[in-house]
Amino acid sequence: MLREHLRKPVAKLGLVLLALMPFAWLCSGIFLDRLGSNPAEYLIRSTGDWTLRFLCITLLVTPLRVIFNLPELLRFRRNLGVITFFYVLMHALCYSVFDMGLEWDEIALDIAKRPFIAVGFAGAVLLSVLAATSFNAAIKMLGAVRWRKLHRMVYGIALLAILHFFWMRSGKKNFTEVLIYAGILGVLLGWRVWHAAKLRRQSVP
Amino acid sequence: MLIRTQQDGFIHPLSSEITQPEVYANRRQLLRQWSAGAAAMGMASWAQRDAFAQGGAAAAKLAALPATQSGVQGAMNVEKLTPYKDATTYNNFYEFGTEKSYPAQQAHTLKTTPWSIEVEGLVKKPTRFNLEDVMKWGAMQERIYRLRCVEGWSMVIPWIGYSLSDLIKRVEPLPSAKYVEFITQADPQTMPGLRGGYLDWPYIEGLRMDEAMHPLSLLTFGMYGEVLPKQNGAPVRLVVPWKYGFKSGKSLVKIRFVEKQPLVSWAKAAPQEYGFYSNVNPTVDHPRWSQANERRLGEGGLLDKKRKTLMFNGYEAQVSSLYAGMDLVKNF
Repeated sequence: MLREHLRKPVAKLGLVLLALMPFAWLCSGIFLDRLGSNPAEYLIRSTGDWTLRFLCITLLVTPLRVIFNLPELLRFRRNLGVITFFYVLMHALCYSVFDMGLEWDEIALDIAKRPFIAVGFAGAVLLSVLAATSFNAAIKMLGAVRWRKLHRMVYGIALLAILHFFWMRSGKKNFTEVLIYAGILGVLLGWRVWHAAKLRRQSVP
Repeated sequence: MLIRTQQDGFIHPLSSEITQPEVYANRRQLLRQWSAGAAAMGMASWAQRDAFAQGGAAAAKLAALPATQSGVQGAMNVEKLTPYKDATTYNNFYEFGTEKSYPAQQAHTLKTTPWSIEVEGLVKKPTRFNLEDVMKWGAMQERIYRLRCVEGWSMVIPWIGYSLSDLIKRVEPLPSAKYVEFITQADPQTMPGLRGGYLDWPYIEGLRMDEAMHPLSLLTFGMYGEVLPKQNGAPVRLVVPWKYGFKSGKSLVKIRFVEKQPLVSWAKAAPQEYGFYSNVNPTVDHPRWSQANERRLGEGGLLDKKRKTLMFNGYEAQVSSLYAGMDLVKNF
């Protein structure tokens, strides 16, 4: 039953629409004045939060697929990755517009001057490479093996994202949320290491 | 001839910050309203509250706190007041949690009566005073100050109180007292944020004696024509307008006179990010963001450019002499 539903073309559309709900909520919040006294800060923070959340959801696909033996899930992975990129793009845009007033030299200076901005910027740039190669023709062009290798970069991106969040919060020693995301990403990456080791053991005759 | 005064505490760098023509045209009415407010002292009427909190949409929720307009240089600026709603729902008061919205939601548990302030350390006679008595030690004045948070946002708030120097003179510090330490309420029963472990509680702030004696340093009991809301530091707090907001401790319970520079809470928690002085200074960056600009809350649209932060938050004319010859990069 579930498998059949997951195979339907409408499932993809449903997922994308669902994933854009937070964005729609934030946009409507601007016009309905629902974002509190500092909407600019709220939008920068929320788009960052949603980037982290979709990064976690994207990285959850493979463990779920393997554990529940649901190969159907694989077709959603690239969509989720692109949605993660969409949110990081919004995050960067909010920062550039609200915090920096779109002054490019100021932005460049900020990236050069502040490690936590540089780390976030690096993560976003790397993610854009993955987003730019997230269509079928790109896989064909690169070859499946090279494509998969390239897209393993997402693990590094996850570490950059957590480091960015940690540094941002370090001055105020407010690490609760950082620890939650770090814990989730730790489990998701740790599972991969464990799973790879298991496969290697099994392949040894 | 233009006679320059420092009365408004503000050197206008931008045409957009000069009083709007319509406000200027109505200045007599504004003055009338202020004087009406002064005349109506003692009456907890709507009219009075409106008069005191021009443009700030008074709350009319709490007890009125009558006051007269302050004559202190720099105490009456002409900027638009931050709406009461923004000033009372967007607060940093970590004793009630780290989110800006938490104090407004959670501070109702704070018990503000009875309240006393203990004056201790290097004073003639260390004593615990009842708040009601302390409130009588100076004439209540309304002062419109800019508030610049270290995080890069700002507000304009009509505070009510009297110069901290009035209290200091009253309690007679000894000549050996060089600094004043302000210790704030830390009650685990009513303050859920104390469990968070972000800082060592109680929250401690401090000033050099000459800073504390400066007429702009305000011992504050009210805002927007009323007593302080709990989330803003009821029943008594400090407001030091030329320093970042965290220097102005909320819900004060102790004032201690000491000889050595006190180790204040944020400087203790993150010495590389927060110094003892923490004067508003657009040329000294926070390690993680620039302090050159600020976002004025409660006005303008999302796409409006931030405004330039001013040296000493615009109170340079009044306070720069306190720091003559000092390296403000080193003493940040």
